[in-house]
Amino acid sequence: MSLIAITEVKKRFGDNEVLKGISIDVAPGEVVAIIGKSGSGKSTLLRCINGLETIDEGSIVVAGAQFLPDEVHLKALRLKVGMIFQQFNLFPHLTAGGNVMLSQMVVKKTPKKDAEAVARKMLDRVGLAHKFDALPDELSGGQQQRVAIARALAMQPIALLCDEITSALDPELVAEVLAVVKELAAEGMTLVMVTHEMRFARDVCSRVVFMHQGRVHEIGAPEEVFANPRTPELRQFLGVQ
Amino acid sequence: MTEFSFWDILRNLLLAARWTVVLSLVSFIGGGIVGVALLFLRIGGRRGMRVLSRGYIQLFQGTPLLMQLFLAFFGLGLFGIDVPAWLAACVALILWTAAFLAEIWRGCVESIAKGQWEASASLGMGYLQQMRYVILPQALKVAVPPTVGFSVQVVKGTALTSIIGFVELSKAGSIVTNATFQPFTVYGLVALIYFALCWPLSKSSQRLERKLNVAHRNH
Repeated sequence: MSLIAITEVKKRFGDNEVLKGISIDVAPGEVVAIIGKSGSGKSTLLRCINGLETIDEGSIVVAGAQFLPDEVHLKALRLKVGMIFQQFNLFPHLTAGGNVMLSQMVVKKTPKKDAEAVARKMLDRVGLAHKFDALPDELSGGQQQRVAIARALAMQPIALLCDEITSALDPELVAEVLAVVKELAAEGMTLVMVTHEMRFARDVCSRVVFMHQGRVHEIGAPEEVFANPRTPELRQFLGVQ
Repeated sequence: MTEFSFWDILRNLLLAARWTVVLSLVSFIGGGIVGVALLFLRIGGRRGMRVLSRGYIQLFQGTPLLMQLFLAFFGLGLFGIDVPAWLAACVALILWTAAFLAEIWRGCVESIAKGQWEASASLGMGYLQQMRYVILPQALKVAVPPTVGFSVQVVKGTALTSIIGFVELSKAGSIVTNATFQPFTVYGLVALIYFALCWPLSKSSQRLERKLNVAHRNH
């Protein structure tokens, strides 16, 4: 039984068909890396799963919640999948703790005291318990991204979507964020991540999807995909002859 | 012939300046309320509402305030409705202020990065929740300097209502001049009183700006 079922999804921006019939099933606890050149549609696919983009054809079902573009269905979908962005997108007017508390109180109507307890727990989980009262401005990029992860986790999603979450970080800050993601994976969280961190994809992911020109070009276990790329496009992408 | 002392002149002008202050407050508060409604229609309403509010804003930004005052004052008169000058002045100024404030605030809301909408949406918030808890608190900081700056325009804009016979500071100036034959003294005082009203506004804008730390928002 798959947790995220993506079936024949097509997406057009005007005349430009970005997704040309994508089908992927993600099982609970799986960690799926989506790799590919920019413009291959990988970020768009991720954004479709969270309902940030509408789809033109096909279906996306997350744990029984069908993707339909109205507010009730979107909300149900978004309560199940959290999303982490390349640019962190923390709310700059709120402290780290406030960022993690806000959606719990506003969306789930959790009382403030409980929301705060959850926020402290989640910040502790990403190693930032001591930064509860810090504003996003006062945090490094890596710390901001970890707060963003805590913020998504506080909504208790059953899956997390990560959209190039380390691409905006200085190299020395990438490791601390990936360490948190690795820990989540080890705890059994279902993750779908668009990433350029090939080594991370190889070490942590259970499956790798290579997208090319709006299609799933190759899909398989990381050992297989990285060691024996079958198509010339993937070989070129990985830089092996 | 009666002699008017300097203090007589000043006292009469200051009494009239009360109405300039009241009219400014009414325009600004009323305009702010109508402006917020316009803003929501302009950025979040249905398509028809968006077109309507854009048309409204363009109409009021594209015609002189003086014409709007005339239309409010004389226009309704054509239908046999007798509009007192104070009412026409309030209505015209509120509608005019609303158009400008809505457009200023729209700019502020749209200056908030798209990622803020996406992040709050991905956490399950609805449109009004996003506005209330994420977008407006940030837009408010950006909005303070241009809003206070525009309030100075409103204070000066009230001077135009003298044309339709509303006795505020400017109108009082011409009345007092006609009685005293001292135009330079009288209009000099009128200008000083306007300055005394507007300068603190500009100054408070700077102070608020520093307090809300607008310039350092993205560091």
